[in-house]
Amino acid sequence: MKLQDLRTPISVGLAIVLLVLPLVCNAYWLDVCVSIGLYALLALSLNVILGQAGIFHMGHAAFFAVGAYTTAVLNTLYHWPVLWTMPLAGVAAALFAMAVARPIIHLRGDYLLIVTIGIVEIVRIALLNDVAGLTGGSNGIFGIARPTLFGFRISKGVQFYYLVWCMVGVSLLLFRCLWQSRFGRALNYIKEDDIAAEGCGVNVTRYKLAAFVLGAFWAGMAGTVYAAKMTTIAPESFNFMESVIIFAVVILSGGSQLGVLISAFLFIGLPELLREFHDARMLIFGFAMMAMMVWRPQGLLPPLRRRYRVAENSSSQGVSPKDVWNDSAVSE
Amino acid sequence: MEQFFQQLLNGLAVGGIYALIALGYTMVYGVMKLINFAHGDIFTIGAYLGLTLLVSCNIAAVLPPTAAVLVIFLMVALLAALVGYLLERVAYRPLRNAGRLSAVVSALGASIFLQNGVMLIYGARFYVYPDFLRPDFTVHLLGLAVPGVRLLIIFASVVLMVALSAFIQRTRTGAAIRAVAVDPGAAQLMGINVDRIISLVFLIGPGLGGAAGLMVGIYYGQIDFTMGWSYGLKALTAAILGGIGNIPGAMLGGLMLGIIEALAAGYVSMAWKDAIAFLVLIFILIIRPTGILGERTAEKL
Amino acid sequence: MTLLCLNDVSKIFGGLIAINDLSFNVEEGSIVGLIGPNGAGKTTVFNCITGNYTPETGSIFFDSKPIAGLPPHRIVELGIARTFQTIRLFGRLPVLENVLAGRHCRMKAGILSCMLHTAPQRREEREAVARCMEELRFVGLADNYSEPAGGLSYGNQRLLEIARALASDPRLIILDEPAGGMNDQETAALVDTIRHIRNRGITVLLIEHDMRLVMKICEKLIVLEHGAMIAQGKPEDVRRNPDVIEAYLGADDAQW
Repeated sequence: MKLQDLRTPISVGLAIVLLVLPLVCNAYWLDVCVSIGLYALLALSLNVILGQAGIFHMGHAAFFAVGAYTTAVLNTLYHWPVLWTMPLAGVAAALFAMAVARPIIHLRGDYLLIVTIGIVEIVRIALLNDVAGLTGGSNGIFGIARPTLFGFRISKGVQFYYLVWCMVGVSLLLFRCLWQSRFGRALNYIKEDDIAAEGCGVNVTRYKLAAFVLGAFWAGMAGTVYAAKMTTIAPESFNFMESVIIFAVVILSGGSQLGVLISAFLFIGLPELLREFHDARMLIFGFAMMAMMVWRPQGLLPPLRRRYRVAENSSSQGVSPKDVWNDSAVSE
Repeated sequence: MEQFFQQLLNGLAVGGIYALIALGYTMVYGVMKLINFAHGDIFTIGAYLGLTLLVSCNIAAVLPPTAAVLVIFLMVALLAALVGYLLERVAYRPLRNAGRLSAVVSALGASIFLQNGVMLIYGARFYVYPDFLRPDFTVHLLGLAVPGVRLLIIFASVVLMVALSAFIQRTRTGAAIRAVAVDPGAAQLMGINVDRIISLVFLIGPGLGGAAGLMVGIYYGQIDFTMGWSYGLKALTAAILGGIGNIPGAMLGGLMLGIIEALAAGYVSMAWKDAIAFLVLIFILIIRPTGILGERTAEKL
Repeated sequence: MTLLCLNDVSKIFGGLIAINDLSFNVEEGSIVGLIGPNGAGKTTVFNCITGNYTPETGSIFFDSKPIAGLPPHRIVELGIARTFQTIRLFGRLPVLENVLAGRHCRMKAGILSCMLHTAPQRREEREAVARCMEELRFVGLADNYSEPAGGLSYGNQRLLEIARALASDPRLIILDEPAGGMNDQETAALVDTIRHIRNRGITVLLIEHDMRLVMKICEKLIVLEHGAMIAQGKPEDVRRNPDVIEAYLGADDAQW
């Protein structure tokens, strides 16, 4: 049986399971599911950059960190309500992405990969060193308030669960629309052949930057949710390993949105399932990462083809150019 | 001024180690266009193997110290090379024709696997290298008191780099490695067994990486199972800095990065030294997008 | 009216002069051929016009606007579309999406309207698909619209590149060896297609090795050797030019 053919049943099944999960799940697993949702958000946004545009970006945790710290600082120092900081966290991450990506966007493949890793490390070290006296050094920032939505305070696991997964749902819709548009196509052209894309009239630099900025905006908003859920954030939550996991989720997914969700479940859920193996847990996890890639090198679910409504022209068979274009001035 | 020269020598020692690890990244990249993220962990394995051989096999008691060091060096390099060979067989060969990023994820998985394997075998605590092997003489050089071990580390890495360069530039096999790096398809048509060359590269690179692990153990006297992450990342940075795929580039990048770091730690701030290393990398790539010695590949239109 | 004008254009690659003080004009509505032996610098000229290279000296005017040094996508927007000598299609994407790539620069939907699929965005998208299907019909590939581009035959891939270029509403189309790899039948059909392109009011500038094709459709030829122009004019005049015969002699004069 091919995974491809099971897309619709899997999607419907997943949606139903996600809806009713809080009814049957204990608090611990609910918490895990909130994490999975957060990673799904991050991976969906990275998928725009890495999966759609094919830009080797292994530094998504940096944008996540900028968002989380923006929320934390605005909330603890200036007492902004947490959810109000979300757009600002997104904007801060997006501006940061714009600033760092602009000079490096033309780097090719692996050179960009290492630079994005470098950015994660620089951000983490900057946070550790209490940059601008705002980030609290290695202890991070604590005492972040719980978010309130229409006067309703979100503090329990279930409430976060629905908050996160609603965001995932909205993101799925928006990113799907984006994919099925000139923007999504432009990113694919760049991934396939950036010189040809430029030669066809696609502003490659602008679209690469736009992908970065959009992905960062989303990662920043995910940072807000993370900060609100944890109430404490520290630099070590945004290290290189985080970036690696988000990266691996996207690659294993194969590039489709359903793939990203399944992949997020595997990557975040698996280590939890392996808890009983204690110390050997990460050993098995690493092995599973290798095994999964060897098993499905193309990823779990490659994206489907876009659909186009093509007007069926009755005389479409063997139409000669003359039928289509009025050319009175045929020279022969 | 004295501090400057001390930092410079320290930078050269660390840089030599970076360069040895970077060679493993760059050679594998050359023939496979793959960043072997597990390479840093092979370096860790080298350090732990050295420790095991030193402590449990008691070679030092049988042989004079110099001979013991050489024997252990060779054994560590051989065993690390074996790990590298197996790694390629298991984690990379099945992905040879898949997307490049799939192999990268497999490499990351291998890295996590190896790192945790070391942790399971040895435990999560750090280990202290036995110091009877650590040469504790001091050399007076132009008015500087330089620890002998520092000079020996520099010496050892230079010897290894020169030997590797000679091998790559002067031998038929070396020429085959260079040929595969330029164009595997054409090399295959010319009768070069590409699989064998790749296996060979996965013996040489990890061998050097393992030896570097032992050198770090002797130089700093302390190892832990996560050291591969940080050293690996630094060495990868060095390889990219020099132009990945380029062997002299990896050596130059390693030495440069070591010196930059040592000077940054000495004159700017210890806490920011890693960040400074990355900033320098970014700065250099902005000016030279394919590294210092990396060739600029102008795509034919 | 002169549509494209090159003035003393030179391009140097690491000391090697690929184009040397080249000047020529392309009149609007004409079919112009750029010919010359291998390595004469023909493709380099194209790459300078399309913005892939920036010439070291000289200027290039398109519709009286200077374009030398502009990025390629800007030049496409201004109305110059191209095909590549080494076919550069998006091989894994369907044929229709390849043509939509050419249409991209004439579409306006921004990132937000793309995310929200606003009504104008959907209308624009429908129009673009319809227009691109027309271009596919024009080159005779409409029935293949959903196949991956990489699966097309060599000749059809060349036609698809032409359709992709046409989708950007060019005033000048630059074809780099459009008949390369085509059989006689396909080449004959290509001659028709190129004429039809001109009849749509689009100026054609092409590089081609197939001299029969060049002689048949070009109204003007420009002959390059070692990066410099050695002759230009009507095909029948050029073929009798002693310098041109000299340049081609021994190479593949059998083709004439």
